[in-house]
Amino acid sequence: MHDLTAITALGGIAPQVDTVGEVTLSEIPDVALASVAARTREESTCAAQLKALLGGPPPQAGRAKLGEPYSAVWVGPDQWLLSASFETHEDIAAQLKSKLGDTASVTEQTDAWCCFDLTGPDVHAVLELLCNIDLTRFETGHATRTSIHHLGCFVICLEKGHSVRILGPRASAGSLHHAITTAMASAL
Amino acid sequence: MTQNNRLNGGQIDRNTTLNFNFDGKKYTGHPGDTLASALLANNVRLMGRSFKYHRPRGPLTAGSEEPNAIVELRSGARQEPNTRATTAELFDGLAAKSQNRWPSLAFDAMAINDRFSNFLTAGFYYKTFMWPAAFWEKIYEPIIRKAAGLGSLSMQADPDEYDKGFRHCDLLIIGAGPAGLNAALIAGRSGAEVILADEDFRMGGRLNAETFAVADLAGADWAAQTVAELSAMPNVRLMPRTTVIGAFDHGIYGAVERITDHLATSPTGKPRQILWRIYAKQTVLCAGATERPIAFENNDRPGIMLAASMRSYANRWATTPAQRVAIFTNNDDGHRTAQDLHAKGVKIAAVIDTRPDAPSSMDYEVLQGAQVADTKGRLGLTFVEVARADGTNRTIECGALGVSGGWNPNVQLTCHQRGRPIWKEELAAFVPGGTLPPYMSVAGAAVGTFSTHGALKSGADAVRKALGLKGRAPAVPQAEDAPVNQTPFWYVTGCSRAWLDQQNDVTVKDVKLSHQEGFRSVEHLKRYTTLGMATDQGKTSNMGGLAIMAELAGKSIPEVGTTIFRPPYTPTAIGTLAGRMRGKEFHPTRLTPSHFWAKERGAVFVEVGNWLRAQWFPLPGETHWRQSVDREVLATRSSVGVCDCTTLGKIDVQGTDAATFLNKVYCNGFAKLAVGKTRYGLMLREDGIALDDGTAARLAEDQFVVTTTTANAARVYQHMEFVRQCLMPQADVQLISTTEAWAQYAVAGPNSRKLLQKIVDAEFDISNEGFPFMACANITVCGGLRARLFRISFSGELAFEIAVPSRYGDALMRKLMAEGEEFDVTAYGTEALGVMRIEKGHAAGNELNGTTTALNLGMGRMVSKAKDSIGSKLAERPGLNEPDALMQVGLRPVNKDDKVTAGGHLMNTNGPVDAAHDQGYVTSAAFSPTLGSMIGLGFLKDGGNRNGETLRLVSPVTNLTVEVEVVSAHFVDPEGERVRA
Amino acid sequence: MIINHPLLGPRDSAEFVYLGTANLMDRPDPDTATPEDWHDYAYLRDNPAGPHRELWFHEGGDRSILIVTRDTTTHEISSVELARNSGAQA
Repeated sequence: MHDLTAITALGGIAPQVDTVGEVTLSEIPDVALASVAARTREESTCAAQLKALLGGPPPQAGRAKLGEPYSAVWVGPDQWLLSASFETHEDIAAQLKSKLGDTASVTEQTDAWCCFDLTGPDVHAVLELLCNIDLTRFETGHATRTSIHHLGCFVICLEKGHSVRILGPRASAGSLHHAITTAMASAL
Repeated sequence: MTQNNRLNGGQIDRNTTLNFNFDGKKYTGHPGDTLASALLANNVRLMGRSFKYHRPRGPLTAGSEEPNAIVELRSGARQEPNTRATTAELFDGLAAKSQNRWPSLAFDAMAINDRFSNFLTAGFYYKTFMWPAAFWEKIYEPIIRKAAGLGSLSMQADPDEYDKGFRHCDLLIIGAGPAGLNAALIAGRSGAEVILADEDFRMGGRLNAETFAVADLAGADWAAQTVAELSAMPNVRLMPRTTVIGAFDHGIYGAVERITDHLATSPTGKPRQILWRIYAKQTVLCAGATERPIAFENNDRPGIMLAASMRSYANRWATTPAQRVAIFTNNDDGHRTAQDLHAKGVKIAAVIDTRPDAPSSMDYEVLQGAQVADTKGRLGLTFVEVARADGTNRTIECGALGVSGGWNPNVQLTCHQRGRPIWKEELAAFVPGGTLPPYMSVAGAAVGTFSTHGALKSGADAVRKALGLKGRAPAVPQAEDAPVNQTPFWYVTGCSRAWLDQQNDVTVKDVKLSHQEGFRSVEHLKRYTTLGMATDQGKTSNMGGLAIMAELAGKSIPEVGTTIFRPPYTPTAIGTLAGRMRGKEFHPTRLTPSHFWAKERGAVFVEVGNWLRAQWFPLPGETHWRQSVDREVLATRSSVGVCDCTTLGKIDVQGTDAATFLNKVYCNGFAKLAVGKTRYGLMLREDGIALDDGTAARLAEDQFVVTTTTANAARVYQHMEFVRQCLMPQADVQLISTTEAWAQYAVAGPNSRKLLQKIVDAEFDISNEGFPFMACANITVCGGLRARLFRISFSGELAFEIAVPSRYGDALMRKLMAEGEEFDVTAYGTEALGVMRIEKGHAAGNELNGTTTALNLGMGRMVSKAKDSIGSKLAERPGLNEPDALMQVGLRPVNKDDKVTAGGHLMNTNGPVDAAHDQGYVTSAAFSPTLGSMIGLGFLKDGGNRNGETLRLVSPVTNLTVEVEVVSAHFVDPEGERVRA
Repeated sequence: MIINHPLLGPRDSAEFVYLGTANLMDRPDPDTATPEDWHDYAYLRDNPAGPHRELWFHEGGDRSILIVTRDTTTHEISSVELARNSGAQA
């Protein structure tokens, strides 16, 4: 076991939690991520392997498949971002590569992203100040890449109107956190 | 002051009294008032001075089209100039000042301009200030700037916050008058996602200003009831105080919502305004219509206003500009004002109607076929002079005159995508044309349907069509359905100082002069006279100007045409357009994994793109940056230094065709690079110019990690995606950025291996034999943490780059510094990094500057001829391969204390110093602590063959001429022994 | 503008980066092309008033490059397809 202590994307040892009104923004460090891109001409075999891993077909464009231990978000044609608990799947890329073999290119993405969960009764009022997602039709299990204050982010609907997960570029976690908390103060 | 012009009724809350202040005087009003309505209630008609002639002015309208009653609202940093008193909601403690007057509104010294009006006609500035040219900057412009203009800026930073936001809907309805409200009802009941936006703080439009009934209710009550029903619908979003300012491509609308403008203070963290970007699948424009005035002599005195606005003040705000008023009209609608004010107990002095067959009244005198010839009253209207049909004149005493010249549909938003309105003769007005923005329809008065019934029905029809609703149309609520009855009448014959554009002081005479001087296009007329170019964008003035121009040209109004309408519909604060993107929030900031550690160490940071990088790490006692940087360089070269290089772009390239792909994007070869090896790569643009450089490390047969320069990371990724998707779509290649996933540190210097051996787990051999120069590997560190190690060197020393997952980057940096104590390890920043790369002669952004080729960079032979790569063909062009082509060289001052500056040009020792004799230029320069002098890199004609030559380095900008010697660009370790040690 | 992405549906053009004419996909064959071919490819651009086939990179989305046929006089978009599906040479 190595002796290096991890810090969160915001620079703390413990994840940060901010609450405005009834809406809470939680920094989520316990996320391991890997990109899975099907190799050219291996798209169907890769999808079949993923089906076994995810317990169902991999998500289509604009969708996420939430599950245990792996969840998946569609990020591009024949490409997904798979996530699992960091506690138990820190080596997610190696695990997936061993399962997917030459059907996919697997790239560790865990610390490319910072992760925030935004939960509460009026999450949409916050989101509409941040990104151009059509919230009238943003259902549970929908996921999209969008721009939040010039930062390319994934927004995943965990529960319609009540809970979203936001993945943003880790180096800009502070700017993203500032943008979200400012929008919370503004909207709530 | 008492509100002695207050009438009964109205939609104000008389139970609450609001105190406010105008030009230092105290007044009272009520919730529901605007600043203009409250001032009128207090018998204040004079609210401003005009732009050019400083004429006394009062409100012309009761809405956003107002040209005259514009004031400075609030004080201190929140002072906002050019705010329309007619839309500013009254709040307790409001303070406003009139503008464009000195020393006071009632006595304005600049009103002398009015006496010289003959000299200040159209084109005055163009004609007068032409010469002498030297006078312009020093004399004319300062005078004009002082005299002209409207309000003044606070000259302080705007303390308010602004947001931007995004909303989507099936149907956007713009305007909540009878057409918009009825449309929203039907759309809301259909279940569609609806947004109803209205610029007013009270929805209802003209229903709030009229005495008509709708479905057996007073119009205002029907509006209130409808708004209540709509607000209970979860699929309908009501957006009052929201002006749709622009109609953009494909159903995107810009809208400004005023959140706190009606409050005395903004709650902390709350935005003053929000700029919404509304995405609408369908839009129904119900923007209503704007009444137009008639031009007559001295028609701009305070107290003269549009007749329907006067009616709004009476019915909605229970106030009148005077207790004795007259009306001047060419249509039946003007008579309604007389009826309504009469019913409220205001004395109607007369209704002056241009039509000989005008309807008469039992309640007041109607002068048929009459015209207003002139008016009197210095600071407010006292008398009007009427020319009667029989040729006699009559003077009528009145404190206010309501003027109605008919109505113009508000077509502006239909024209934002180059749509042109069309002339409708029976209305004598322009209505929306055939080419509307896609997915937009228009209803109500905005399309020329002026009756209440017509508006309700047209709103219903438009929304049913837009949403494709089937089945029987719901019944239209019962309402008045009077036809338009008017005889077009634009200006009183013989008038001269009759104002068309009251805000920019453009008169009938100016339009005639402009025509006389040959300005025949309506766009030229606009620019020459400035008609319609003020903050109100000519909402009340354009039509009058067009009508006169048409008459002078002997054309019809549609032949003359209108000017083009552009966003925004009403003036919009720059702060609103900026939103949160101000100051430090203009762009996001990227922090390196060692940022918090570097901050603790007191690092000085520099912005590199969005990144904050440590520039140097001052130690106690160091007072100049050079001391820190020199120390960092020398310590690294003598022992070991550590630098955060996470910011370099990292792209993971995988797939069976990964090597083939890299062969295409790099000009040098990658197919034969062995697994476990790294290679320097140069990318060219297709035109043969260098795009970027970096390294590619082959971690597996089908996996490379490519690095890019910090600045070009996004561009290189985009370029690689273009090659992958557009040029090699069949290839098996996958790309993904991993820049931020890995914290990467350069560990450089003769002791770098020893330091790393304390970190890298024992099973990995990083000796020179086990891990030679340009090796790369997946390893573990600190007892099992996955990491990547590259033996590459930017500094020219024995060096490595080590990468760990970013969350451990902070800990690894602390570990390296702790374990390195025995070697006196130093952290170094971007300055020392730059010095060392110049000492080593490595090209960077200064050299890859968008004009240089591989040949210029001394890498001409790297461009492989054995394969095709992007840019390889055009790099062979003769023009880029002249015998005396620029080549990168090193430069040292002959006198070692002399300065070398980047940007300076190289000249031969003898001969002229001019562009024709230019030999090249300096791209990078630094003080080299290793060599004890300044050194430079530059491009020199035929530089490969001029080693040892002495040249002049000339920088006319800094007045510098020094002698420099051409040397190898590799100042340090030219044989490369250190990197292989 | 709204670009109707073949996979993701209508998306704001602000999410895209404009990469220029779709002719850039027709890179000259390095074995047979003349210097004039390369010159034309690298430097010559049509500037049509009317339909224009052009490349848009969905940088703020799924990283697809789209071929968008857009009328430069009206901004009307008549077709959108994925560049990699358009059948360019391997």
